[in-house]
Amino acid sequence: MNIQEFIENFAAQLDETDEALITPETQFKQLDEWSSLTALSIIAMVDDEYDVIVKGNDIINSDTIQDLFDAVKSKRKPGAD
Amino acid sequence: MGNDYNPFSLEGKNILVTGASSGIGEAVAIKCALMGAGVAVTGRNVERLKAVYDQLEDAPFRAQITADLTVAEDLERLVAALPPLDGAVLCAGNSTTLPLQFGSREKFDDMFNVNFFAPVELLRLMYKKKILNKGASVVLIASIGGTHSFMPGNGVYGASKASLNAVMKYAAREFASRRVRVNSICPGMVDTPLIHRGTITEEQLVEDAKRYPLGRYGRPEDVAYGAIYLLSDASSWLTGHDLVIDGGFSI
Repeated sequence: MNIQEFIENFAAQLDETDEALITPETQFKQLDEWSSLTALSIIAMVDDEYDVIVKGNDIINSDTIQDLFDAVKSKRKPGAD
Repeated sequence: MGNDYNPFSLEGKNILVTGASSGIGEAVAIKCALMGAGVAVTGRNVERLKAVYDQLEDAPFRAQITADLTVAEDLERLVAALPPLDGAVLCAGNSTTLPLQFGSREKFDDMFNVNFFAPVELLRLMYKKKILNKGASVVLIASIGGTHSFMPGNGVYGASKASLNAVMKYAAREFASRRVRVNSICPGMVDTPLIHRGTITEEQLVEDAKRYPLGRYGRPEDVAYGAIYLLSDASSWLTGHDLVIDGGFSI
C-alpha cells in the first residue's frame, strides 16, 4: 500500500473538501465536514480496500492522514504488499 | 388475595432461550428461571453457555444445547432435542455499524443469516413440528433500528430487524389459530458485549447514552422483564406487538 493511493481512497469518503487539499499532513478531524458518519466510512473503506479492521480509537489516536496510514499499515497481514 | 398473587409467574412453563450465552439472552434465561420457568438454553460458546446453565439451578427443568443457528445441521439437532415448549425468546443476533454505501450483498447476507433467516427458520420449525404448545408465547428480540429509529450506519442491521418485525406480525396472525402468540421487543442500545467491539469508541458510547431521555443505555434485565411479561399469562390477549423498550429514545 502507498500513501498516495490511501489519500485517494480517503478523499473519496469526503463530499465537500477539495481533494487537492488532502495531503499526508492533513489533520482530518479538523475538516469542516468531518462527522461520525465520515469516521464510519473511513473504517469501512479500510476494511474493503486493505482488509484491516481499524477501531474508533485508531481514528481518535491519529491526527494526520499519515498517522492513520501508518496505523493501517502496521495492522496488515504479513505478505500483503 | 394471598401473598403468592403473581400474574407474571412463569411456573409450569418450559421456555427456550437462544443467544443465551451472553447479553440479553443470558439475562432472559436467568430471570425466567427465577420466575419459575423450566429453561432450555442454546448458544454457540460451550463454556459461556455452561456458565449460564449453571446459574439455572433452581429451574424445575433445565437443558443446554450448543448450536450455531446459522448452520443447518445445528438447527436441525436443536429442534430434534427440544421438549414441548410454552415459550421461546429468540435473542441470538449480531450487529454491524456500516454506512449503506459499503453495504454489499455479502454484508447484508451475513447480517440477515444471523438476525433474520436463523430465527425465522427456528420459529417456522417450532410451529410446524408442534413443539410450541397451544397457547405458547414467542418473543423475538428485534430493535428500534429499522422501524422506530434510523441512525446513520445502522441500515444493514436495521433492515434485518425490520424484516424480523414483519415476520413477527404475519406469524402472530397465522399462529393465532393455535393460540400461539408472537410478539417482539424493540430495545434501544443495551449495554452488552456486542456494543463494545471498538467501531464506536467508549467515549462515543458515553456521549450517545446521554441522548436517551432516561439518561442511560438499557441493561439486559430491562429487556428480560419485558420478555417475562410477554411470556406470562398476563399478556394472553396480546399478540403481534412490537414492545419498544428504549429509555424514551424513539419518542
